[in-house]
Amino acid sequence: MKDTIDSYVTADGRTIGGVMMEMKNITLRFGGVVAIKDISFDIREGEIRAIIGPNGAGKSSMLNVISGFYHPQEGEVWFRGERRPTMKPHNVARQGIARTFQNIALFNGMSVLDNVMTGRLTQMKTGIIAQSLWYGRAQKEEFQNREIVEKIIDFLEIQHIRKTPVGRLPYGLKKRVELARALAAEPKLLLLDEPMAGMNVEEKEDMSRFILDANDEFGTTIALIEHDMGVVMDLSDRVVVMDYGKKIGDGTPEEVRNNQAVIDAYLGVAHD
Amino acid sequence: MIYRESGDYSTTYAQDSQTFPIRFDRYRFYAVVFVAYCIIPFIINDYWASAIFVPFLIYAIAAIGLNILTGFCGQVSLGTGGFMAVGGYSVYKLMTSFPDVNIAIHVLLAGLITAGVGILFGLPSLRIKGFYLAVATLAAQFFLVWLFNRVPWFYNYSASGMINSPERTIFGYIVTGPSTEAWAKYLICLVFLTLCAVLARNMTRGTLGRKWMAIRDMDIAAEIIGVDPLKAKLSAFAISSFFIGIAGALFFAVYLGAAEAGDSFGITKSFLVLFMIIIGGLGSIFGSFAGAAFMVLMPVLLKNVLVGQLGWATDLAAHLEFVIVGALIIIFLIMEPHGLAQLWRLAKEKLRLWPFPH
Repeated sequence: MKDTIDSYVTADGRTIGGVMMEMKNITLRFGGVVAIKDISFDIREGEIRAIIGPNGAGKSSMLNVISGFYHPQEGEVWFRGERRPTMKPHNVARQGIARTFQNIALFNGMSVLDNVMTGRLTQMKTGIIAQSLWYGRAQKEEFQNREIVEKIIDFLEIQHIRKTPVGRLPYGLKKRVELARALAAEPKLLLLDEPMAGMNVEEKEDMSRFILDANDEFGTTIALIEHDMGVVMDLSDRVVVMDYGKKIGDGTPEEVRNNQAVIDAYLGVAHD
Repeated sequence: MIYRESGDYSTTYAQDSQTFPIRFDRYRFYAVVFVAYCIIPFIINDYWASAIFVPFLIYAIAAIGLNILTGFCGQVSLGTGGFMAVGGYSVYKLMTSFPDVNIAIHVLLAGLITAGVGILFGLPSLRIKGFYLAVATLAAQFFLVWLFNRVPWFYNYSASGMINSPERTIFGYIVTGPSTEAWAKYLICLVFLTLCAVLARNMTRGTLGRKWMAIRDMDIAAEIIGVDPLKAKLSAFAISSFFIGIAGALFFAVYLGAAEAGDSFGITKSFLVLFMIIIGGLGSIFGSFAGAAFMVLMPVLLKNVLVGQLGWATDLAAHLEFVIVGALIIIFLIMEPHGLAQLWRLAKEKLRLWPFPH
């Protein structure tokens, strides 16, 4: 029913807009292995969309399709009302899609500040000549973007480690810095690949709060993969469930929880 | 006790992002610049210029260039000697073809030509990485040296196959050719080094530097935040080769005066500059200076100690010199794999807390 209306208001008062991204009949094969089989789903403006499923279900492959690492053999990707042609990841980034990785992919040799500043690269336009002169355009642009980055740093409460090389940070903070880098790009759509993996309860609570706040304050649309069902059920507006590359469920957390196919996939089913 | 950041408050982003955030460092830097420009030129003699200062300045330019490519962008190159040869032969052809144009412009043009060649040989880096790329750049080294030896046009059909630097002046002072004075050699190299260091610092502190470092640290994540690997890698090759080309041009025109591709710009040059940035510190402008100083000073120092102080035979000392320098490099790399720049950083961190380290 929600698919037919343009926008609606959630129980906690957030407005969910029309369809932002639509995946139509995506099929992705690696040689003979079918990683994703004929999957369609959509992501609406302003919502938190979860993709769940057992290991090897094809969730990360799906995220990689959205961010342009993999190019599906069949199907179409629609973003903001237009069909997206086959694109390199750096062009996808320019469209306003940012992401984090399952295994942290930060730049270890650089400070936290520099890492978050890299999130602004798509917005920085000065050429090599202006860069090499520094004073003037390059410096001005640098400081304008620094201001935005400092806001993100405040938002994620990582001011105290601003100048620390990322390689020295503990795991939980690294995850937070990676989120900061993605948010610094001011993305329209933010993809999070297991943002809570390997965290303790407090860290998960912090991270959940940051995700909700980012969605609330910046209006960022978020698609996330997560294995912690408590987190998924609490955070997300709608959930896609995948198993062996196929979609087995799609709907609100409540609907998904009661879906027999989902229960079978997670708990197993007796074969006779 | 004077080495403190306390009391130095940054109230603007400009202050926060300056090169020397600690006041003492800033004054020390001004002092070094003052000595380099206002004192050394008046007291320098031929021995100091040709044994230490001029090679140090020129190698520092080359090391900055290679450090941009290898240290900042993570692309290993063994073609430095070949690219220096491009700089040297370009400046020679320019000097002999357009004798009326100022030599400084020729040196810059030689840098630009080398940048073009660098882009050409950087193209494989889009497909191959690491050791394989190193081998590909090694091919550039051998090909370029072969080219300059075999095609007579490059050495103006001279009978010896050598190129000789003609006499050229800047502001009426002779800066190339056999009758150049020590201070003139020193100053022209110093000016170019200052220029290159400032450009390199500016490029690495901002967007461009971040793009390079992103590619170096994790190329997949770099792509996902919008770095075009093609542009980032090729710009690193171009700018790195620009500096190396300038170094090669000065090496031939100012320092050697006469050169032959195989001898002057052989594979040993590539390794020498690579050692400089490894010992100095990858990804650090200061490290390029430190590494160049180390590799230029070490042999001179050893020779003075072994022959001058201990009275060894010259030939014995010359051979042992290689052994000792090699051993020092190994010991040094085991003790501090991140190079002199890291030692310097650690010393500064300790000094900031001294004498109360807790």
